[in-house]
Amino acid sequence: MDALEVRPDPRDRRLARYAAAAIAASLVEAAIPSPLPGVKPGLANIVILIVLVRHGWRDAAWVSVLRVLAGSLLAGQFLAPGFFLSASGALASLLALGALQPLPARWLGPVGRSVAAAFAHIAGQLLLARLWLVPHDGLFNLAPVFFAAALVFGIVNGVVAARLLRDNAA
Amino acid sequence: MNTGGALLRPGDLLVIAAGIALTAATAAAQWGRAAPTVAQVRLDGRIVAELPLNGSHRVAIAGALGGLGDTVIEVQPGRARVAADPGPRQYCVQQGWLSRSGSVAVCAPSHITLQLAGPDGGTDTVAF
Repeated sequence: MDALEVRPDPRDRRLARYAAAAIAASLVEAAIPSPLPGVKPGLANIVILIVLVRHGWRDAAWVSVLRVLAGSLLAGQFLAPGFFLSASGALASLLALGALQPLPARWLGPVGRSVAAAFAHIAGQLLLARLWLVPHDGLFNLAPVFFAAALVFGIVNGVVAARLLRDNAA
Repeated sequence: MNTGGALLRPGDLLVIAAGIALTAATAAAQWGRAAPTVAQVRLDGRIVAELPLNGSHRVAIAGALGGLGDTVIEVQPGRARVAADPGPRQYCVQQGWLSRSGSVAVCAPSHITLQLAGPDGGTDTVAF
């Protein structure tokens, strides 16, 4: 009987390493109590940003998707509402990062990309929540709080990623 | 592709500025709504009293539970509340003072609602 063998190439291993780091970051963060569902530091995005700068958008997308899937499995959230919110946020921020990808790194660094992705993330989540979970415009009363959090955490994560990239130039 | 540039590059500042502007604009749009000017009291969906929010007064209205007592609406400058209602669970009374345009207290057993409206008509979205 033939065995189906999957031979991981170096890129697979690299993606798995980054994804593991991103999953660990999101699990650590799940343990941090939050005053408001949706306000989270988004530490895994530091990993996504690093992958984006070092290896490009496709690899960043892989790591992000793996993180959402495996992270939700480990947290017991797979296919729960939180999973879909997480997935819509990740998808929206990947789209934003992809749209910014043609801009040269000299002009737009990790911080700007991080802030743009953070806003896209919360916008994607709010949109899904409005369409599905809380079909009422009252939800948008909280939008300024979410946006302010996106701004702060987007800047912080971007600076962390930029420093890590600078200090560990691969 | 890592070009170890500065931590903050020109585009970064631009994105941050846009983020601040978006946050401020959303806050202004969501929270800076015009102050309410009138309290509308509805019985079975029809307006039975419009109380300007520039004075202090109390109005008693006989609702669907009329035999058990009136629903009392209290108005103070800039805010209004249901001060008393014969309903069994007192949700609309416990809601307390309403001070934002568009906010509603519903006394379902009495078929009475109290809603604050601004100069622009006030009703934003009401979904039941």
